[in-house]
Amino acid sequence: MLWSTILLAFREIRRNLMRSFLTILGIVIGVSAVITMVTLGNGATQAVANQISSLGSNLLILRPGQRVGPGGGGGARRFDLRDVEAIRTQIGSIKAVAPTVTSAVTVIYGAKNWSTTVTGTTNDDFTAANWHLAAGRIFTDAEVKSGKAACVIGQTVRRELYGSEAPVGTGLRVKGFSCEVVGLLAPKGQSANGQDQDDTVILPLRTVQRRITGKQTVNTILISVNDGVASSEVADRVTALMRERRKITNGKEDDFNVLDTKEIADTLSGTTKTLTLLLGAVAAVSLLVGGIGIMNIMLVSVTERTREIGVRLAIGALEGEVLLQFLIEAIALASGGGLVGIALATLASIVLTKLMSVPYSFNLGINVLSFFFSAAIGVLFGFVPARRAAQLNPITALRHE
Amino acid sequence: MSAEPLPAAAGSRPLLELVGLRKTYGEGPAAIQALDGVDLSIEAGEFVAVMGPSGSGKSTAMNILGCLDTPSGGAYIFRGVHVEKLSGKQRTLLRRYFLGFVFQGFNLLARTSALENVELPLLYRGVSASDRRAAARHALESVGLKGWETHTPAELSGGQQQRVAIARAIVTKPAVLLADEPTGNLDSKRSREIMDLITALNRDLGITILMVTHEADMAAYAGRIVHFHDGRVESDVKNGHNGPDGQGRTAHLGEAN
Repeated sequence: MLWSTILLAFREIRRNLMRSFLTILGIVIGVSAVITMVTLGNGATQAVANQISSLGSNLLILRPGQRVGPGGGGGARRFDLRDVEAIRTQIGSIKAVAPTVTSAVTVIYGAKNWSTTVTGTTNDDFTAANWHLAAGRIFTDAEVKSGKAACVIGQTVRRELYGSEAPVGTGLRVKGFSCEVVGLLAPKGQSANGQDQDDTVILPLRTVQRRITGKQTVNTILISVNDGVASSEVADRVTALMRERRKITNGKEDDFNVLDTKEIADTLSGTTKTLTLLLGAVAAVSLLVGGIGIMNIMLVSVTERTREIGVRLAIGALEGEVLLQFLIEAIALASGGGLVGIALATLASIVLTKLMSVPYSFNLGINVLSFFFSAAIGVLFGFVPARRAAQLNPITALRHE
Repeated sequence: MSAEPLPAAAGSRPLLELVGLRKTYGEGPAAIQALDGVDLSIEAGEFVAVMGPSGSGKSTAMNILGCLDTPSGGAYIFRGVHVEKLSGKQRTLLRRYFLGFVFQGFNLLARTSALENVELPLLYRGVSASDRRAAARHALESVGLKGWETHTPAELSGGQQQRVAIARAIVTKPAVLLADEPTGNLDSKRSREIMDLITALNRDLGITILMVTHEADMAAYAGRIVHFHDGRVESDVKNGHNGPDGQGRTAHLGEAN
């Protein structure tokens, strides 16, 4: 009996393919919107997390100036190597401390030149900033100490200057001196604020200080905190040490700032999660509207099929069977719409994540949830039309024009 | 396959019996007395034409006989069972297992093949797919539509559509076929063909037939003509060439009932 009712419902859908398609359109759009939004949101969250971790895990960034963000620290006092030494010796639970100096420089290889950022640092930077090597080596201690003209280049510089040629062992011209390329960095991609992290040339700190900036100061100090240690505590200790070294009296504001990447990561992923939720909620409203569409068309369909329902009732269909048939029709339509929506969403998600260059991952939870939600919408919005159909009086239904 | 929900008819009683049947629509002074004490008994195998002007109560009587409506008073006894005392669900089951309906407007499911249209009542009976198909083919064949199984109503003429509707009504091998102006939408040639078919169902399969019509030449096919007027039976005449003796002729389809 249930089986034959299901058969009747499916015959009905097949009989009115065009109307069935229009009925489910709202659900299709609703489901695909929900899934696409959530998938994109998750992708964005993932992308942010990836960017933060590419910056270095458990990393503190110590910079002069009060402002946090690009352009900060214009007039504030710089750090120097003694500050670095103080941090290394007085702050516990740290893995590496890397002083860095950056400068915008044009580099030349062969007939090509390229404007890039040159970073002078120590080998600790490779640990702290989470760099990996694609080829060659990092600096030797002797190279770092003596300030030798050796460099490790990023993937963007390699692409722009070398093309398919292997860069290791060649000589790169950096601001008037030749520099031996000893290593090639593995790609990192964009940073959280959209900078190309691979567009870089790393040299020993002394080399940059002596030959490029001409100063003994350090721009930024990267501090890599040991795993399992709360980075915020270490940040507090660094702040206290720096206030002492810079003789900042109580009540005065810091003239430097400590960026905690973990904190940034938490904030950013919190923001993207909230956005995902918001987008999902907006999309869920469209799913609800889709459900109302189903009810609307089912109600019209009940009116349109009044005589037919009269025939069914006259030839011996029970009220419950007619109710069930219409309910199954609504559920089948709604969950069919859900399936089409899932297919559409998968397609849209793959294309959009590619366009937005965020990672795509199939989220089983939201797909299953959307499917059952659409089926539930079928029950919810199919019930009223189904009951109306079942409660028709066969005599008046048969006379219906 | 399916257990009969009601006891079989007692031998001596008529198949259908209306006793002092009344039907009132509305209440108070505005109430309309559609049926005002109708007594009628119909034996198994009869072919009865029901006639009368509109408002005479013939449609109301047919609805009650078809278990689609309930009387306000009096009794309707079908196969020994008091239908007026049954619940809506029991009346539905009575229709499902004992009655077949043919309407003036054919009322076939659009965009559905003739075969699937004929299968419909069997679906509600829970008949298996292969039995359903076989019975539907057989019914279509017996109304002369062999080879038209896959055609949809839009591809069939009016007469053919009514044949499909008749096949749908008889596929369950009903005890009674209720036809509401079956030729009302057809020209005279098709009307005669349909009437010949209905007469043959009565004569060869022993199906009891109740037919509402307002055309005297259609009523002439019946063995008995009942005239309604103002909610009462005005006249009840036997027609010479047919009659209740039709029940004696068994037929290949009718036995199962």
